[in-house]
Amino acid sequence: MKQVYAVPKSLQPQATHYCPGCTHGIAHKLVAETIDELGVRDRAIGVAPVGCAVFAYDYFDCDFQQAAHGRAPAVATGIRRVVPDAVVFTYQGDGDLASIGAAEIIHAAMRGERISVIFINNAVYGMTGGQMAPTTLVGQKTTTSPAGRELGHAGSPIRIAEMLATIPGAAYVARVSLSSPANVARAKKAIRKAFDTQLSGAGFSLVECLSTCPTNWGMAPIEAMEWLEKNMIPYYPLGEFRTPEGGASNG
Amino acid sequence: MSKVVFDEAKCKGCSICVHFCPKKVIQMADRINAKGYHPAYLADEGNCISCGICGRMCPDAAIEVFKP
Ligand SMILES: Cc1ncc(C[n+]2csc(CCOP(=O)(O)OP(=O)(O)O)c2C)c(N)n1
Ligand code: SF4
Ligand code: SF4
Ligand code: SF4
Ligand SMILES: [Mg+2]
Repeated sequence: MKQVYAVPKSLQPQATHYCPGCTHGIAHKLVAETIDELGVRDRAIGVAPVGCAVFAYDYFDCDFQQAAHGRAPAVATGIRRVVPDAVVFTYQGDGDLASIGAAEIIHAAMRGERISVIFINNAVYGMTGGQMAPTTLVGQKTTTSPAGRELGHAGSPIRIAEMLATIPGAAYVARVSLSSPANVARAKKAIRKAFDTQLSGAGFSLVECLSTCPTNWGMAPIEAMEWLEKNMIPYYPLGEFRTPEGGASNG
Repeated sequence: MSKVVFDEAKCKGCSICVHFCPKKVIQMADRINAKGYHPAYLADEGNCISCGICGRMCPDAAIEVFKP
């Protein structure tokens, strides 16, 4: 029989610690498939965040370094400069990238750092128990916004892809969603394009992946995917916000 | 060999594969696996079209798909 779908070789065969139905696992597979396709496992170096994905170094079968909270882009910059032919990527959550690490991501993009960033936006701090993140939607209940995020009090949720797309050094910036087969197929293409952007020398690339956190959202996995599509996509539109060719297809 | 091969030890019983299968041929078993979850299994191989969707959507890399 012909194999139609194989588990990517750049993933370790072991099980992950992620909760049932958490889409971190889907994102891992897409990154690993991209590394397989490009045949760069020998020179791929990932940088793991602080957050639920902290153990990414155990799940990918390539070199990895774990960074202090939010500092993955700074660590990736160091790796980039010391190992010029490495394929360097960070994998970061929204608390990690958009809150404590906001400065690092902005300046890595400003420098046009030749790294690829996989940004997992699940609208909460997953690992620490579902606190409000900068990406939490207005009205969304979390452990630190039990009555729902209030606009006047916490401000509006940060749109990282749109913000970074204003930066000239950010050669490729896209937002995708891990909530359906069609959206996962588009997410795969965007991650491949981010790595291609790096390999072509065009500059910084980032793919924001709308992701679920069934555990802290208090939902079953499918219900969480439906909630994402209904509530997150209207505020966080999918598409490409900046491409090396200069086009955009968002909205 | 089955069209859809489940690595039962990795399955967390999330039922994402069941939901997105266009032919509705995957079901959750009544028994539990070593992790304590009800594992998914191919209940109706004859009607599986080997589309690969279950494999691509499984967050736990527990599914591989084959076409005769
Ligand atoms: C310097 C520092 N501050 C705070 C923490 C506590 N902490 C651990 S994970 C985390 C947030 C993780 O959320 P996110 O980046 O969204 O990842 P997720 O778990 O949702 O994937 C925080 C605040 C820490 N480990 N280090
Ligand atoms: S807490 Fe949320 S983000 Fe973390 S593994 Fe569980 S479902 Fe995924
Ligand atoms: S390959 Fe397609 S039809 Fe067959 S079980 Fe998987 S999703 Fe269903
Ligand atoms: S998607 Fe994967 S982990 Fe979830 S029930 Fe199906 S086989 Fe099990
Ligand atoms: Mg998060």
